[in-house]
Amino acid sequence: MGSTNRQPTDSPDGDPAPTAVEFTGLSCPVPLQDYPHVIMGHGGGGKLSSELVEHLFLPALGNDSLAALGDSTVVDVGGARLAVSTDSYVVQPLFFPGGSIGDLAVNGTVNDIAMSGARPLYLTAGFIVEEGFPIADLQRIAADMGAAARAAGVAIIAGDTKVVEKGHGDGCYVNTAGVGLVPPGVDIAPRRATAGDAVLLSGTLGDHGMAIMSVREGLEFEAVIRSDSAPLADMVAGLLAACPDVHVLRDPTRGGLAATLHEIATAAQVGIAIEDQRVPVDPTVQSACEILGLDPLHVANEGKLVCIAPQQHAAALLAVMQAHPAGASAAIIGQVVAEHPGMVVAKTALGTSRVITIPVGEQLPRIC
Amino acid sequence: MKHLTEYRDGQKARRLADEIARIVTRPWAIMEVCGGQTHSIIRNGIDQILPDEIEMIHGPGCPVCVTPLEVIDKALAIAARPEVIFCSFGDMLRVPGSTDDLFKVKGAGGDVRVVYSPLDAVNIARDNPDREVVFLAIGFETTAPANAMAVKLAKEQRISNFSALVSHVLVPPAIEAIMNAPGNRVGAFLAAGHVCCVTGYADSPPLCERYGVPIVVTGFEPLDLLEGIRRTVLQLERGEARVENAYPRVVAEQGNPAARAVIDEVFEVTDRAWRGIGVIPHSGWKLRDAYRDFDAEAKFAVSEIRTCESSLCRAGEVLKGAIKPNECEAFGKECTPRTPLGATMVSSEGACAAYYNYGRFVQLGERQTAGS
Repeated sequence: MGSTNRQPTDSPDGDPAPTAVEFTGLSCPVPLQDYPHVIMGHGGGGKLSSELVEHLFLPALGNDSLAALGDSTVVDVGGARLAVSTDSYVVQPLFFPGGSIGDLAVNGTVNDIAMSGARPLYLTAGFIVEEGFPIADLQRIAADMGAAARAAGVAIIAGDTKVVEKGHGDGCYVNTAGVGLVPPGVDIAPRRATAGDAVLLSGTLGDHGMAIMSVREGLEFEAVIRSDSAPLADMVAGLLAACPDVHVLRDPTRGGLAATLHEIATAAQVGIAIEDQRVPVDPTVQSACEILGLDPLHVANEGKLVCIAPQQHAAALLAVMQAHPAGASAAIIGQVVAEHPGMVVAKTALGTSRVITIPVGEQLPRIC
Repeated sequence: MKHLTEYRDGQKARRLADEIARIVTRPWAIMEVCGGQTHSIIRNGIDQILPDEIEMIHGPGCPVCVTPLEVIDKALAIAARPEVIFCSFGDMLRVPGSTDDLFKVKGAGGDVRVVYSPLDAVNIARDNPDREVVFLAIGFETTAPANAMAVKLAKEQRISNFSALVSHVLVPPAIEAIMNAPGNRVGAFLAAGHVCCVTGYADSPPLCERYGVPIVVTGFEPLDLLEGIRRTVLQLERGEARVENAYPRVVAEQGNPAARAVIDEVFEVTDRAWRGIGVIPHSGWKLRDAYRDFDAEAKFAVSEIRTCESSLCRAGEVLKGAIKPNECEAFGKECTPRTPLGATMVSSEGACAAYYNYGRFVQLGERQTAGS
């Protein structure tokens, strides 16, 4: 184990890296060395997170399944293809408009499994609770998890609870892991994005991230921004029924749409071209982003998916999304192109273009 | 969205660009002073639709970028103290000091908090009477009223555990410094709308007269910027050098009197070092003596600051408009938002970050010949 399956770009006999990738590589000649301590950005879903995974965890734990770096991993077990995923939830506040840590913990893992095209079946739940945490709040979290699991059609079949001393945790953390079954013939992976494919987005961007930020920072806008936390497994089933040859599914959580499209472009070595004006953003979320100097493309979502599929199926897939309660504002936002491999480019309202980069770490509100 | 979408209309933007192309007859170099304008120009690709004769030079108006290294190093030293809760605007956290940044101080155990308003820092001080709360009060005239108000409030409410590390900078002396610099190419300025919102523009006519440059108060959305550029080009072509307000929905000639009053009460003019540029006389604000008890520099005797700037970084030349970010040898190589050598690569308003984040390494060289 170790260096052999670490990074495709390290391989001396690999394809010559295109400009964009080489560029990114140059920015990080000696990763991690300049950070003797973990900083918040390591958990932000951007470049720092990737570095931690690629240069710290993969060398220690690496295997082919893990090295695929998907939201969930598909493994063969006795002829069945199982999608496996795990995620931890540390959101503050624990309860927020549109959801709670409970339904987030279920929906997040359900969605990670669904992004393999799998039907999610079973979840486990682990709780790390701080001494002094109100039992009533724990009850609410558990009730939300139960309701979310029923809504998503999964069963939580194993669990664990640990209590840490006061001051050693932040109220309550939840971890969930889950498995699902991938239907025969379905092959969904970022590497399958192909030039000419359509890029669909199932709804407005940034609702979850801005809902949390508004509550956390006490910011008040004209309308309450609600998290979009929702299970997407049945939307995925509908998409696969309409087009079994869907190439890529991803949920743009931390790092937002920008990070997700970047990962796909890099994995498939294709370019992705989107149009700013086609990307749906709720006006209140847009206002909140403007005030804080954030880009909705970089803000987290918890109930949206990106679907990449052959162009001829785009209209049917869009209809499936729009018929789903979580997909009313779905849109075709762009396409996969052969040009600029590894890069995501947006056409602006002015008809000009700009490159969309992956955020470094945490999003930082601008000074003025 | 009211006041937003209407100023981002692609067709109207094209029409304005076409009109600019119609009236321009020869090359002009126009500096947008404010980093927010730089960000908008690059994000929206406004420079891509301007005629080749117009060169936009990106000015030093990013407060994060010009905050002197010594102040950053002081901030890092203060933030590392165990009794301190250090509060800052978010985008200061990644600005490199000589050895560290605030993120690393936070990672190593420092209590560093992002606030959205300096008044939040005053509230934190009130809620934590046993801790020292320090706010990093930086920025141009734009952030000064709220920063001044925070200090004033702390004094009125006798919140003695609050202090501010002040490093305010002012636009007009920077414009003078640029015009006096040898080899200056700037022929006109887009004045920063939000600075003028506070200060007004009644003081600008002498600058126009002294240096023979048009100054047009300009907003930040694509149509605002294009209208500002259009009026600037009209003046340049006619040989005029006047102050004009192309952002009247926000800016009044006298600015905001209440904001100016609180600034005047709390701050006084001082010489200020600008990162990458050097000391510009009378170009900053510091706390008046009456507020000395709330001055973090006085409260925390931070000595032995030995600054060390990257030898590769050419941020100073970028800030003075002498080079474009992608003309710096380190751009995109040693220097990226992930590994910034200078502050211009950190803030989203920094010219280098704007170029990097919107992929200007791809079009490297395309427009460098324009107008030359």
